[in-house]
Amino acid sequence: MMTIQNYIRPQSLEEAYMLNQKKSNRIIGGMLWLKMTNGLVSTAIDLCDLGLDTLEETDDSFSIGAMVSLRQLELHEGLNAYTQGAVAKALQDIVGVQFRNMATIGGSIFGRFGFSDVLTVFLAMDTYVELYKGGIVPLREFASINRDRDVLVRIIVKKHPGTFTYLSMRNTRTDFPVLTCATSCFDGAYHTVIGARPERAVLLEDIQGILSGGINQQTASSFADFAAENIKVGSNVRGSAAYRTHLIRVLTNRALLELEEMTHGN
Amino acid sequence: MEIKIILNGKSVTDLIDADTLLIDFLRSHGCYSVKRGCETSNCGLCTVLMDDVPILSCSMLAARADGHNITTLEGLQEEASEFVGFIADQGADQCGFCNPGFVMNTIALLRENPDPTDDEIRAYLAGNLCRCSGYDGQLRGIRNFLDSRNKNGGTHGE
Repeated sequence: MMTIQNYIRPQSLEEAYMLNQKKSNRIIGGMLWLKMTNGLVSTAIDLCDLGLDTLEETDDSFSIGAMVSLRQLELHEGLNAYTQGAVAKALQDIVGVQFRNMATIGGSIFGRFGFSDVLTVFLAMDTYVELYKGGIVPLREFASINRDRDVLVRIIVKKHPGTFTYLSMRNTRTDFPVLTCATSCFDGAYHTVIGARPERAVLLEDIQGILSGGINQQTASSFADFAAENIKVGSNVRGSAAYRTHLIRVLTNRALLELEEMTHGN
Repeated sequence: MEIKIILNGKSVTDLIDADTLLIDFLRSHGCYSVKRGCETSNCGLCTVLMDDVPILSCSMLAARADGHNITTLEGLQEEASEFVGFIADQGADQCGFCNPGFVMNTIALLRENPDPTDDEIRAYLAGNLCRCSGYDGQLRGIRNFLDSRNKNGGTHGE
């Protein structure tokens, strides 16, 4: 485990930001992943006093503080009603209840970990991150840039009437996923996200209009082929690139058909 | 740095290093039910309640617990005694090392959901690993406890 010399709970975002400008200082989030690292941390910055552990729902959005736990998200009735349970489904196999009571959405999203179920499911929504200095940035943009020393304040999900699904493949329950897949349909467009490639999750839009006539067995299969051919995957201890490519085809096809069933009940 | 927590109902103040983990703080204060297992936040052996919510004490800084209520199995003997006999009757805990974590998380489950289904029990206890059993013994023990309690007309905590 890393060695920590000092521990501070900032009383303002400005204080947290200023502390975080020193390279040897770290914002600790839920500290679950950080704990697995080695090295020296001059000052551990704990955001727990900044009131970022609340989730607010309005008519048109969800505003989720960076310190909201994954368990809070899993149990939030409004968020799960909006996503038809996709958020809970994405989180329920992340280790155990105790872990999810500690892990924060801020840690998951800011970390942009390749294995992240959280990043995958939120990329399938119209999601933004609010950074203390950087302002509001679309998650799809944030997901592709490198980490800097800004402070993630909250996650904003804009509501659009639509449907959402989430699937993952795991070698064993509670382990990291071998592949994650989230699909959604809102504003007349389909969105497919593939994560645990094992690199960061990516959003694949239907640029060829394969699904423009709607989802059926044939178009779902064609789009799954398109996804398998165009999403770059790699190998790690959990699965080979070839296996992941196969899983993209299977999970995308399955998720799209599920999406169609939820949308039209066919 | 100095922290002050309420440990099993009693106020405890102590000086700690910034990177002291909660598990080490608790064991240094006599809470030996809290065990170190995987150290990768996966096994649930070190489960304690912070403000009545189950967490992994091996992965939390003691400093973050400052100002909070921490409860270990030492502080929940009466509540645990209601159902641990049912688990023992199934021979579910062969070496017993995982048992305190299982008991703590079962208490959290039953407080949150007093009458869980078998699938809800499995899902809630998925973060507690046992290297001896196949988990069915624990499940049978909890199920027998719930059936016995429901047969006698009571619910948890009544």
